[in-house]
Amino acid sequence: MNGFFDIPSDLQHSWSGLIGLHLREGLLPVAAGLLLALPLAQLCVRFRWLYPPVLGVTTVLYAVPSLAFFVVLIDYTGQTELTVMIPLAVYSLVVLIPAIVDGVRSVPEETLAAATAMGFGPVRRYLQVQLPIAAPAIVAGLRVATVSSISLVSVGALIGNQGALGNLLAAAQKYDRPELAVNSVLTTAVLAILCDAALVLLRILLTPWMPRGTGDRREPAVRRARPEPEGATR
Amino acid sequence: MIRIDSVTKRYPDGTVAVDRLSLDIPDRSITVLVGPSGCGKTTTLRMINRMVEPTEGTILLDGEDIRRQPVTALRRSMGYVIQNAGLFPHRTIVDNIATVPRMLGWGRRRARERAAELMERVGLDTSLAQRYPYQLSGGQQQRVGVARALAADPPVLLMDEPFSAVDPVVRKGLQDELLRIQEELGKTIVFVTHDIDEAVKLGTMVAVLRRGGRLAQYAPPAELLSAPADGFVEDFLGADRGIRRLSFFPSAALELTTDAVIPADAPAERIAASDARYLLVTDSDGRPLGWTEPGEPAAGGIRTDRLLPHGRPFVPGADSLRVALDCAVLSPTGWAVAVDDDGRVTGVVSQQTIAEAIRAAHAQGRTGKTEVAR
Repeated sequence: MNGFFDIPSDLQHSWSGLIGLHLREGLLPVAAGLLLALPLAQLCVRFRWLYPPVLGVTTVLYAVPSLAFFVVLIDYTGQTELTVMIPLAVYSLVVLIPAIVDGVRSVPEETLAAATAMGFGPVRRYLQVQLPIAAPAIVAGLRVATVSSISLVSVGALIGNQGALGNLLAAAQKYDRPELAVNSVLTTAVLAILCDAALVLLRILLTPWMPRGTGDRREPAVRRARPEPEGATR
Repeated sequence: MIRIDSVTKRYPDGTVAVDRLSLDIPDRSITVLVGPSGCGKTTTLRMINRMVEPTEGTILLDGEDIRRQPVTALRRSMGYVIQNAGLFPHRTIVDNIATVPRMLGWGRRRARERAAELMERVGLDTSLAQRYPYQLSGGQQQRVGVARALAADPPVLLMDEPFSAVDPVVRKGLQDELLRIQEELGKTIVFVTHDIDEAVKLGTMVAVLRRGGRLAQYAPPAELLSAPADGFVEDFLGADRGIRRLSFFPSAALELTTDAVIPADAPAERIAASDARYLLVTDSDGRPLGWTEPGEPAAGGIRTDRLLPHGRPFVPGADSLRVALDCAVLSPTGWAVAVDDDGRVTGVVSQQTIAEAIRAAHAQGRTGKTEVAR
């Protein structure tokens, strides 16, 4: 394991620097995806006919390999982080939109009727009733999107040193230093696990009102809807 | 007063949920809308707080069209209780109850104090204040629902099958509680149910609706039971409406006899001297022990361990003729035992005597002098 943390200088970052870069390239797209998914999902809840086409479009976009995205984007955004993050943000929609729609729809009919009858306007009702009750489902979606995004960042290596920890994989080949590949895989995995744990903690903090022991109740539905992770092929 | 004036609700697909309905809902009383599913009762209720807009007709609240004020203001002035309570699962009990006061701009502290006060009023332990809805039973959740509706002290309370989803014992408790609260607060309550027994028990006025949203009959419950408007109402009231109607006649006027009541330590001669078929034996405090036959007591007095059970007694001042008749029917001897508030025997009464009282009450009812005892 000699030189495990000895990062080749052409990567222009230390190990911890790569971690910071990786987190930024992995998490910013999920945050952007969430910002985009919230209004889209609300439209899908409001206009039911909109949901199937939106779902269809996000699924098709998810099926587009990231390499194809890069080819198109590189003309506009160049060999930058942004070129990596845009596809990742698009991919996250396929998980986040259904998670939010299902979560908002899972609010009991009586609860909604009661809110309306008590004089909640549509905006107040959305912010104070529907969204908080959908929080567990949304966090469940975020967990899947985050872990998947963190693993996908590595493909950025394909457009030249924009894959953060993924760049170590390329370096391992180039310099014949397999320990760098091990470093890359392990560090990425640990990052994914830590981010997932942080989101679980967030869910627990957000939902003291959920019956204990059933906190993961909503997740299987989301998991079923989730496309298989296919980071390796991108 | 809420005046529903020839209101019709027609949906785009042509379905008519409510058909030219007119109702005057009196202040400070419980008006029940009852009928089979699809009779438009919930639609009617939801038109009062504009969750559903009528296609035709108007609804007036104290003489003013309800469309003349902002819809949220209208709704905040009407408490709403729904089946399964519809509590906010993500808010504590106290915050659930304080919802409308907070929206009306009350301070947090004042709203919480009000919530605590209401918890007591609806019979909830204030130690539940910081719990979440999932930690409460169905009956407790429904009480929270009632407290939440009452929080801003609205003059009107709309209740949509509020007690349908709880078991019969809990439901009876909630109904009694509602009647008690209503006695204290005197709200204008519109109550929707499909359960005619609930309608008769709670309603000052009962509107029976038929499928297609037409009014079949609008009358006080006693009148509904004695004079159903047509076959539909009669069917809807069920086969035992005659018995149920007895709930509206007091048992106070029943003629009680004390000839057949003897203390357990009565001398043998007195027992032998009685010409009653059965004797009711009481303890030294006058409480009933059970029935015996005059021939039965052996030498040495009455054997209190060999008595026939006396069954449930009734209280003439408080119970109706229905309860008295029920006690007589259930009694092994056919005689009902009357007691005072302390449970001391005041006399016994036979099924025949009760039957005569029923005939007399009916005769009186026909001349329009029905006395409601509940």
